[in-house]
Amino acid sequence: MTPGDAPDYLSGRTSLGSWLGTLDHKRIALMYLFSITGFFAIGAAAAAAMRTALLFPAGDLIVSDLYNRLFTLHGVVMVWFFLIPAVPNVLGNFVLPLMIGARDLAFPRLNLASWYLFMAGGLLVLISIAFGGVDTGWTFYTPYSSTYSNGQVMAMATGVFIAGFSSIATGLNFIVTIHRMRAPGLLWFRLPLFVWSLYSTSIILVLATPVLAVTLLLMALERVFGVGVFDPRIGGDPLLFQHLFWFYSHPAVYIMILPGMGVVSEIVSCFSRKPVFGYRVMAFATLTIATLGFMVWGHHMFVSSESVYAGVVFSLLSFLVSVPSAVKVLNWTATLHRGHIKLDTPLLYALGFMGLFTVGGLTGLCLATLAVDVHVHGTYFVVAHFHYVMVGGMVMAYLGGIHYWWPKISGRLYHEWAARIAAVVIFAGFNLTFFPQFVLGYLGMPRRYSTYPEQFHALNIMSTAGATVLAVGYIMPLVYLTWSFFRGPLAGPNPWGAPGLEWQTPSPPAQHNFEVIPVVTTGPYLYPDNASADPAS
Amino acid sequence: MTADSSTTLSATAAEASSAAAGVDRLAFTLFVVGALLVLILGFLNLAFVIRYRRGSAAPRPPLQIASWKIETAWIAATTVVFLGIFCWGAWLYVAMERPPAGALEIHVTARQWMWDIRQPNGRREFNTLHVPLGTPVRLILTSEDVIHSFFVPAFRLKQDVVPGKEVSLGFRAVRAGLFTLFCSEFCGSKHAEMTGQVVVDTPEGYAAWLSAGGEPNRAVANGERLYLRYGCSGCHTEGASVHAPILAGLYGRQIPVAGGGFALVDERFLRDCILMPGKNPPAGYPLAMPSFKGVIAEGDLIDLVAYLKGLGSPPGPPQARSLP
Repeated sequence: MTPGDAPDYLSGRTSLGSWLGTLDHKRIALMYLFSITGFFAIGAAAAAAMRTALLFPAGDLIVSDLYNRLFTLHGVVMVWFFLIPAVPNVLGNFVLPLMIGARDLAFPRLNLASWYLFMAGGLLVLISIAFGGVDTGWTFYTPYSSTYSNGQVMAMATGVFIAGFSSIATGLNFIVTIHRMRAPGLLWFRLPLFVWSLYSTSIILVLATPVLAVTLLLMALERVFGVGVFDPRIGGDPLLFQHLFWFYSHPAVYIMILPGMGVVSEIVSCFSRKPVFGYRVMAFATLTIATLGFMVWGHHMFVSSESVYAGVVFSLLSFLVSVPSAVKVLNWTATLHRGHIKLDTPLLYALGFMGLFTVGGLTGLCLATLAVDVHVHGTYFVVAHFHYVMVGGMVMAYLGGIHYWWPKISGRLYHEWAARIAAVVIFAGFNLTFFPQFVLGYLGMPRRYSTYPEQFHALNIMSTAGATVLAVGYIMPLVYLTWSFFRGPLAGPNPWGAPGLEWQTPSPPAQHNFEVIPVVTTGPYLYPDNASADPAS
Repeated sequence: MTADSSTTLSATAAEASSAAAGVDRLAFTLFVVGALLVLILGFLNLAFVIRYRRGSAAPRPPLQIASWKIETAWIAATTVVFLGIFCWGAWLYVAMERPPAGALEIHVTARQWMWDIRQPNGRREFNTLHVPLGTPVRLILTSEDVIHSFFVPAFRLKQDVVPGKEVSLGFRAVRAGLFTLFCSEFCGSKHAEMTGQVVVDTPEGYAAWLSAGGEPNRAVANGERLYLRYGCSGCHTEGASVHAPILAGLYGRQIPVAGGGFALVDERFLRDCILMPGKNPPAGYPLAMPSFKGVIAEGDLIDLVAYLKGLGSPPGPPQARSLP
């Protein structure tokens, strides 16, 4: 494909209005990139304040009410305004149409509308913080949230409610796009694994998010109108809320991690010059995780007084859902085997993902083990576990993906050594921050404590020190990527020598991606050494 | 809440209940196996990255074994190992959840932000729980406001305390000493200060403590006062204008219920009858009893049930007894 005469998507009309009204999936992706980077900074600032306060056992720096508002803010912003939208709405939005040889998503206007919904939800959350904040934790457990809490619970819940519709719109858009807009010859088993992961994620987004909306509505009914749904004093059942909440929020965990797994598959394949090992198994593993993920919500409730039998069944299902995840990790390692490996920045992030996600996954098995969960539930062990999966896994994958597709997004290269150093700093800082929390948790330190016994002091100091290193690591890409965007050397269409359709367009791509829609005749990871690789054959 | 660091360290790390050693053995097995797996995978990744770096001379012949065989092997292997861990964890858990026979029953009521504890003889304590060493104990927990969670790290045990229902937590302490008690479900402003301690004493020491500060029958006396105050005696009396069951001598008996069949009159049954009279009403009586849900506080409810338990054989109308 030759670069056409059409201007790339960044040039052409550049007024603010042309961006805010754009229907181009690539520009919308960049708008998401800016907004979620902003939300990430807000959530990270809250984390920094908490880690500073936890330097001292007495918690004198921050009063408990403020501390409680900080961890709620951190959780709500990071989950709904960073982790869930990050990979699908930034990377997915940008590369999905390019990867399948389409000129845009199926519904460009819906795509823009979902960005506005996302921003409206985010704005409401920021307003609720400005007017006093919320202290319920991101889980909004009843009857505390519905009856006892004094914060701006309704404003924040409404923000999350609205952002949910943005998720549904994006999910629907992706599903239709993948079904209807694939280039000729792009059979299902010729799709890159990142597309499979977006497809599975979209199914969860569309099916699970409405449950969250219903749950928040019921909470509002109780809080505003006093209708007894969750508060036992007026005839409700507090555990009903937990069932509904986790019926959404556990699948939401897979909304956050599956796209990251897709990114890692692309990177590992590209930088070892080999097709992903066990391509079909990887695709089916993604679908299996998405399906079984709906059946394990009760493992958040082992000590909630749910029945012993329910606990046993949910534990069993949780072990089963971890099989496909384990298989994925093994397949990535097998992909490296006998490859032609170049240790560039995206692969560093992918390797970081594999290590940290494995730790997160194995500690997840500890939590699925009934007798162990009884002890560590609600402690820092859980905090460490989900940060290993969400930050160690998902954020590493997101950063890996940003670096991998950066030349396509910006048309320019970043400083390779600066990027490699940042990746290592983030990896080190992350482990120093969160590994001590496993120990804290097993020793019994409960989460959401603004003060703690003296015995936990040393480990908390280590964790805060790690957070400082981590912060430096996160600021570095902000600097060198910004520099690269304006001054970096031109990348050319395909700096990594990757075979995907997105690399056959100029960098940055033209407004409508492809002048001529490509015809696909081979599998997704065709490198010179593996000329016969077509999983669809 | 801070104390000398050497004592508090043992206060959470010690294995102080009969469940603790089993949980530790399982958890440490998982940690060691997990660490080995992470090391092996990390080593393999590192080895591949070095040996198969781009431009290296390492031979890269195509695999001689079909990839589906490899996939099947590791799907099967992980499934078997995972199911094994599941069985171990579930087996321990079911044993932990089985209520101990002949246990000492202690009532724990949680509220923002304290633990309100009633010993079997009515002795009350706050944020400190005395239990005898080596004796099975069953805590009966409930909350007056939001969800709390009763967590003693040294016991490796935890139970959410949910408003509107009673849940139980059984254990047997195997080490004497002071052990930290935390609330581990976020419950509002002073959640981090809702802590306390468990005092495990020898059975003799515990018995001495219990009788020393005892207020014998305090619970029963308070229950009797409540029985009159809430007007229970108006109906549950011989010759009352409303036809209601006479409660004396009822505790511990099987009675016929309206839905057919029989129900054992135990603490839970009495509690349900007071809070949800329509749930499982006794046969042969009109459903005239109002619900006392949200009317009687949890602590008072425990005392009221204690009084009803103590009502011996009939007759003896409650009014006839003297008030303390």
